Amino acid sequence: MSKFNKKKEAGLPPVNTASLPDIIFILLFFFMTVTVMKDSTIKVENILPNASETKKLEKKDRVIYIYVGKPTQEYQKVYGTEPKIQLNDKFASVSEVGDYILQERAEKPQELQNVLTTALKVDKNANMGVITDIKQELRKVNALKINYTTYEGDAFNNLAN
Amino acid sequence: MPRRGGSPEVNAGSMADIAFLLLIFFLVTTTIETDAGLDRMLPPFEPPTETPPIIKEKNIFTVNINKNGQLLVEDELTDIKDLRKKAIAFLDNCGAPSGSPEYCSYCQGGHDASSSDNPEKAVISLKNDRETKYGTYITVQNELVGAYNDLRNREAQRLYKRDFTDMEAAYLNPETPSSVRDELKEKVKKIQDLFPQKLSEAEASAPGTIN
Repeated sequence: MSKFNKKKEAGLPPVNTASLPDIIFILLFFFMTVTVMKDSTIKVENILPNASETKKLEKKDRVIYIYVGKPTQEYQKVYGTEPKIQLNDKFASVSEVGDYILQERAEKPQELQNVLTTALKVDKNANMGVITDIKQELRKVNALKINYTTYEGDAFNNLAN
Repeated sequence: MPRRGGSPEVNAGSMADIAFLLLIFFLVTTTIETDAGLDRMLPPFEPPTETPPIIKEKNIFTVNINKNGQLLVEDELTDIKDLRKKAIAFLDNCGAPSGSPEYCSYCQGGHDASSSDNPEKAVISLKNDRETKYGTYITVQNELVGAYNDLRNREAQRLYKRDFTDMEAAYLNPETPSSVRDELKEKVKKIQDLFPQKLSEAEASAPGTIN
């Protein structure tokens, strides 16, 4: 039965790495699934101001986003250079904000509908006029909890252009 | 084929490398970011017929921002860098005479009778022009919130030897165990009551109007 005779081994046997690709693939799939791709392309300039006294905006499912800013270069021809409101994927006027909030709110589960925050992502060069109008609309639909989303940093940086 | 034993095995040795490459790509592009910002509550919408509560002039700290980003604080042109100091002085003033029911025991301010009675009565009124830049507005908001936070931190340090902002962050963090949160809730509430945030925002004035 010389067929079953083992050869003489020299030193340690090499570690079996056959399962290594599988392990890596599992990790890969994990990251592929948790990666959240941006859900809406931002069509407005959106350089947020800095602030130091910030609070974290936990739990993304409880947040409704409103973007405000100058339309980006490619949209400037159509929409001009005045600050615009962007809801989801399209430009909107102030009067549509209320409906948008109500619609977004209706889509959330019942238990979250009362704890929603509206995150205002506003370009630092936008005018306050449009913000005031938005706030007025938000008050009308009783979406009172707002968050001025900012970058972490020294607030005095906002004053320089 | 001259070879025996069927087709040769595909060399899968580089599979791990390819997977690694993909893995690193996703690792780098994944941003588990959380947005941060200034939390504010808007006042509820009420019919304009309702008469607003009467507040004494001395309990109101007016901040006016014009379209050029200049500040008028209590009718005085002020640099934005001095705003926090002024707001703290106003909130922490305690102008009520000692012995009166409005006297507050924890204020360390100037006890100026012409300024706010106590932190509970002190209201900051913020007014901005429609043409004010958002960046300037956020800076002002940041300074006013900062003034409140500074005072709250001071009281929290005195009572609990811990920063208020720190306690609040722990309280709001969903990963904090609920037993700790219950304990923090009380403390956070207490400090908030010592210096309640009363920041009123008037609707923006149209450009050109005098106010």
